[in-house]
Amino acid sequence: MGEQAIELIGVAKQFSAAEENVQAVERVDLSIGSGEFFSLLGPSGCGKTTTLRMIAGFEEPTQGQILLYGVDQVGVPANNRDLNMVFQSYALFPHMTVFDNVAFGLRRKKLPKAEIAERVNTMFELVDLKGREKRRPREMSGGQQQRVALARALVNRPRALLLDEPLGALDLKLRQSMQLELKRNQREVGITFVYVTHDQGEALTMSDRIAVMNAGHVEQLGSPREVYESPATRFVADFIGTSNLVELTATSTTAGESVADRGAQQRIVVPLRGQQARDRLVVAVRPEKVGLATAPPGADCQLSGRVEEVVYQGTFTAYTVQTAPGEHIVCHWQNATDSSDVAAVGDTVWVSWAKEHSYLLEDPGKVAAAVSAGVPAGVAGGASK
Amino acid sequence: MRRKLAPYLLVMPGGLWLAIFFVIPMIAMVSVSMETGSLETGFQQTFSVHHYLDMINTYHPQLLRSLKYGLCTTVITILLAYPMAYWIAFRGGRHKSTYLFLILLPFFVTFVIRTISWQFLLADDGIVLGHLKDWHLVSKNFHVLATPYAVIGGLVYNFLPFMVLPIYVALERIDKVLLEASADLYANKAATFRKVVLPLSLPGVFAGVILTFVPAAADYVNAQILGGSGQVMIGNVIETLYISNSQYPQASALSSILLAALLLGIFVYARVLGTRDVLDANAG
Repeated sequence: MGEQAIELIGVAKQFSAAEENVQAVERVDLSIGSGEFFSLLGPSGCGKTTTLRMIAGFEEPTQGQILLYGVDQVGVPANNRDLNMVFQSYALFPHMTVFDNVAFGLRRKKLPKAEIAERVNTMFELVDLKGREKRRPREMSGGQQQRVALARALVNRPRALLLDEPLGALDLKLRQSMQLELKRNQREVGITFVYVTHDQGEALTMSDRIAVMNAGHVEQLGSPREVYESPATRFVADFIGTSNLVELTATSTTAGESVADRGAQQRIVVPLRGQQARDRLVVAVRPEKVGLATAPPGADCQLSGRVEEVVYQGTFTAYTVQTAPGEHIVCHWQNATDSSDVAAVGDTVWVSWAKEHSYLLEDPGKVAAAVSAGVPAGVAGGASK
Repeated sequence: MRRKLAPYLLVMPGGLWLAIFFVIPMIAMVSVSMETGSLETGFQQTFSVHHYLDMINTYHPQLLRSLKYGLCTTVITILLAYPMAYWIAFRGGRHKSTYLFLILLPFFVTFVIRTISWQFLLADDGIVLGHLKDWHLVSKNFHVLATPYAVIGGLVYNFLPFMVLPIYVALERIDKVLLEASADLYANKAATFRKVVLPLSLPGVFAGVILTFVPAAADYVNAQILGGSGQVMIGNVIETLYISNSQYPQASALSSILLAALLLGIFVYARVLGTRDVLDANAG
C-alpha cells in the first residue's frame, strides 16, 4: 500500500429528474490505497453505486475530482479510463462465446493475437473455467457467468477493479464460496478492488477497509473491525449488525469518560475517545457484549429490568430485557457449553457490560432527525443541508 | 389428460385457420397451374408443367425486375430505417411512443390512396414538378412518374414502417448495460456499435428484410400507379393474366414461380447471414 490508487475529492452528484434535483452523492472524500480491497457499504439509494459509476466514468460528478494515481479522470470517457468493472448483472455479451467476451477488451486495445490468446487462457485457468471457452454465456450457471465477468475485467490488468454487487444474484452458499474466491483472486493479482455492496457480512468478510454510506455521504470509514466494534453514528451502529441504543443524560464527566447514573446501582459509563463531552448521550453496545445476572454484578455498566422475550437462535439465545419504559437491551447469550435458558420471561435480571464496549454515538440529534423525518435515503442529502 | 390436450387445443384455432385459408389454397393453386384449357373450352387437369416453362420464357424480364426492385427497396429501407429506429430506441426518451405513432400514422390512410397521392404529387405538371418547371429549375420534359425511381420510391415509402418497427424492437431489447460494459472494455462509440449493437440488432433487420422484400417484390399497386410500361412487375402480370385474361393456369403457374423464387431468396439470405447467430442473439 502506501501509494493512493483512487482519490475522491469533494465529489458530489446531482441528478436532474423531471422537475426536481436529486442529490445522489452529497460530498464524498475518499482515498483508496493501491492494492487495497475497499468496500462501499450502505442501503440501496445511499449513493454507493453512483459513486462507483462516477469512478468508472459512466456518470460525471457535478462537483469534485476523481484521481486515478494522481491524474484527474473527470471528463475522461469510460473507454479511456484504465479501470474495469464487474457489473451486478454481469453484462456479458450474449452473442459471443465466453472466450470472445474475455478477449473483448484486449482486442479493442489491439494487442497481438498470440498475446490475447495467452492472456485469456491464463485467465480461464485462474477462474477455473478451462475447457468452457467456446460456450455462450447463457449456457453457463450464474456462478460461472460471474467468474467470466471477473475474468473479462481482470484480463486487462486494470489499475483498479470496480465491482458493483457482483455476488448479489447468487444463492447464499455460492455467494459465500465466491466471497472467499474473490478475496483470493484479489490477493493473487494484487489489484485494487473497489467493491459496492449492501451486504454487511460480505463487506466485513472481504474488505481491508469499509466506507459506510448513508444518504449520499460517508458515515464512517475504517477497517471491518473498527466499523463493527466502534460504530461512530447511530446509522452505522444500526446498519452493521445490531446494536442496543440507550439514550441517557450524563450526570458527571471525568477523565475522558461520561457517566450516567440512574441510582439504585444502575449506571452506564462511556469512554469519550476524543469526543466532545455533552449532556445528552446516545450509547451503543453490541448484544453479544452484554451479560445477564440475577444480582447486581458490579460492572461499569449495569441496568436492571424485566425479561420480555427469550428467543433461541442456535449458537446463541437472545434475551430482550426492558430496562425502562420504551427502553430495551438485547443480550445474545452464547450457547457455548449449556444451551438451557438462564432466565425466563418475567424474571427480574441485571444486564451488564464493560465500559470499553460502550460507544458514544456522534451527533445523535442530527442523525435522529434525518431518520425520523422519514426522508428516503439518497434524497435526504439535499434536504438536510 | 386435459393437460396433455391443452397445447393442441390452443394451437387448433390458428392451425385450422392456416389449413383452410393457406394450405388448401396453395394446393389448389399448384393444382390449377397444371391444368390445360381456356375459359371458353373449360379447364382439364393434365398434370402438365408446360405453363411453367412458358411463363419463365415469356415473363422472366418482369420476374427479374420484381426481384431487383424488391432488393433495391429493401436496401434503401434498411439505410433509412436503421438510423430512425436507432435514434428512437436510444435517444427517444419519454417520447418514444409518440415517434412510433408518427411512423404508423400513414397506415391510417389506405395503401392505394397514399400511392395515388404520390402520383398526384409527382405528376409531370403537378404541384412539385410544375413549379420547378415554371422556375426553369428542371427541363420541360423532366419526369419522375413512369421511371424505376418512382416505383422504388413508392415501395420504400409504403414499406418503411415494416423495417423500422422490427429493428426498433431489436434495439430496444438490448440491455443498455452492455453498452456500458463495452465502453468499460475500451470500445469507443463506433466499436461498440460494430461489435455489440449491430450484431444484437440483426434479428430485427432479418425480420424487417422479410417483411419488406417479400411484399415489395410481389407488389403491383406501386408499379401500376407510379410506373409506366417499362416498370411492369410480376404482380401486374399475374393480375392481368388472372383478372383480365382469365388465364387461370398460367396465373397460378407464375404465382408458384414467384413463391419459389422468394422462398429461395429468403433461404439463401438466411444461410448467408447465419440463422444460428440470428436465433442466438434473439434468445440472448
